[in-house]
Amino acid sequence: MTVHSFQEHFDAKIDNEVMIEPRDWMPDDYRKTLIRQISQHAHSEIVGMLPEGNWITRAPSLRRKAVLLAKVQDEGGHGLYLYSAAETLGITRDEMYDQLHTGKAKYSSIFNYPTLTWADIGAIGWLVDGAAIMNQVPLCRTSYGPYARAMVRVCKEESFHQRQGFEIMMTLANGTDVQKKMAQDALNRWWWPSIMMFGPNDADSPHTAQSMRWRIKRFTNDELRQKFIDVTVEQARLIGLTVPDPDLKWNEERGHYDFGPINWDEFWNVVKGNGPCNKERLDARKKAWEDGAWVRDAALAHSEKRKARKENKEVKEVKAA
Amino acid sequence: MNQFINKNLYGDYGDKEQATGASGTHSTAGEWPLWEVFIRSKAGLDHKHAGSLHAADAQMAIENARDVYTRRMEGVSIWVVESKNIHASDPYEAASMYEPANDKVYRHPTFYNLPDELKHM
Amino acid sequence: MNQLLYTLQIADNALIIGHRISEWCGHGPILEQDIAITNTSLDHLGQARSLYQHAADMFNALSAEQKNALFTSTALQNKINKGENIDEDDLAYLRDSWDFRNVLLTEQPNKDWAYTIVRSFFYDAFNFYFYTELQKSKDSVLAAIAEKSLKEVTYHLRWSSEWMIRLGDGTDESKERIQEAVDNRWAYTGEFFEATEADKAMLAEGIGVDLAGIKTKWMERVNAVLEEATLTLPANNWMHSGGKECRHSENLGFVLAEMQFMQRAYPDMEW
Repeated sequence: MTVHSFQEHFDAKIDNEVMIEPRDWMPDDYRKTLIRQISQHAHSEIVGMLPEGNWITRAPSLRRKAVLLAKVQDEGGHGLYLYSAAETLGITRDEMYDQLHTGKAKYSSIFNYPTLTWADIGAIGWLVDGAAIMNQVPLCRTSYGPYARAMVRVCKEESFHQRQGFEIMMTLANGTDVQKKMAQDALNRWWWPSIMMFGPNDADSPHTAQSMRWRIKRFTNDELRQKFIDVTVEQARLIGLTVPDPDLKWNEERGHYDFGPINWDEFWNVVKGNGPCNKERLDARKKAWEDGAWVRDAALAHSEKRKARKENKEVKEVKAA
Repeated sequence: MNQFINKNLYGDYGDKEQATGASGTHSTAGEWPLWEVFIRSKAGLDHKHAGSLHAADAQMAIENARDVYTRRMEGVSIWVVESKNIHASDPYEAASMYEPANDKVYRHPTFYNLPDELKHM
Repeated sequence: MNQLLYTLQIADNALIIGHRISEWCGHGPILEQDIAITNTSLDHLGQARSLYQHAADMFNALSAEQKNALFTSTALQNKINKGENIDEDDLAYLRDSWDFRNVLLTEQPNKDWAYTIVRSFFYDAFNFYFYTELQKSKDSVLAAIAEKSLKEVTYHLRWSSEWMIRLGDGTDESKERIQEAVDNRWAYTGEFFEATEADKAMLAEGIGVDLAGIKTKWMERVNAVLEEATLTLPANNWMHSGGKECRHSENLGFVLAEMQFMQRAYPDMEW
């Protein structure tokens, strides 16, 4: 077989919705794009533990505390599944961490916004996880096998995340004046960043066509964004909260909501590192990693010692026999 | 021919340079080894590949698998294998490996036409 | 009354150590262990909730006079004066630090992985023998909680013992760090076996555990693990005490200030 026929074979698989597996031949760009996409996704899960993790020690009831703890832990698990999927493409987790810590790799900008009140935990579950699910469900059918399998697992576990978030918002919206204010304030702050989570408009997203062709992206940014707005506006109405967009209006002809202009300057600014918490988030990740170095080294050293002792013992036993 | 095949085995670090492209500094020194996790979801079923994780040794790999992959009561038994010890078939030999089985339908019970009155077979 | 206080002793231990361990979530030394230690935290929290529910039931059955005398926080007094029943959250969030009965060890800060492991190991070993005995309690609720918790604690003890050994018999740095943690936390272990009035009364009634009886087993287990970990106990055997009698270290105040903030700032609301 020549490179040419490998490429044809690969293309045929993609066209016929056959999964690509780790040992299959794949074009370099496909591999690189996947590594970038999966590792960014994994980083987002791990960095995403931090804003919500803020409130684990301040959760207002024991039930909420347990649920939040389990949820943040799940995100760690999702990061782990995704790092593992990326590892099958020939990059190590340490290398991916290095890219994150040196600022070479990006993660979802939404996690650079602060969690200021308890209602933010509700808003994140409802809006941020809601937006993430829109993105993730189609990825369960993505072309790369390990990625698709990781996403199946993630989506199965995510289902409770959005529900718990909405439940928090609903409880607040039905609560006292101060609780309602808390809920509305959180929606005001998280709405636009959530809308931006879907990424730039299709016209400004040059890689979309190739990624759609490879089935590592299954809907465009704008399609997903519209879908998210359509369902979320109704949910907000249900609990009596106001979406902070004066231009929001149902468009009978399109069968969708029209919405106001997105502040892309803000988006690019946060991506570039100028968001409210970019530095804090990255510093927290780096600190955890650096503080943990001696622990990881110790476990490895101990395992080596045990292996050596076992081999020694076996050698002695053989000699004795 | 083999140079065209990107041999990316699970845990096959030797070949991973290809994937990282220009970075060149590919090292696994200091990283806990990678393990593949297989879980039996209930008694009577086969162990099934669940995913992978890092652990310093086999004991820790089993415990990490318990903590990572059975948080929702997904398992009753766990196997772990260090990824580098997995030997896999070559996908480009798939034709010679599996297609010869395609015309041996006589291995399947439905190949045989038997009268409906026949019981217990 | 002693039965209620006894239950609170156990519950407060579980809540406070669970809270401390939860501070690790998202900051662990490696992803797999971040997830593992959070499982432990969730187990402790679950135990605390079952125990508080039991304690709340006992509290709600008290006379008005007894209720008024028991806890002094204004927030809880308001609730009691309105004639409302209390629940698990009221016990966790509305008691002041002088009404908490956890041992001092559980409220000590995480510091680093070594200090966290040592604290968990001493506590898990105690819990293992404690819950083993508590399964025989004449209080059927306590016995049932003990039976369920013991499965969790067995795993906790295995996990923390293995880390003791890994760190003790790992690198020079890890050995130095874990030995320092043992030296500094050892003085908080004596309190496990100090019998309060509630401990004595409950033992006499067949509800509580004989602390003197489990002390020997605990010591044997600790020595065995330390030996394998190539670690030693400090020569100084002086022990702190007070937590079980509601006299705490400075740490608990900060833990509660953070933990109770929402309930105190926004009283009488559903969350």
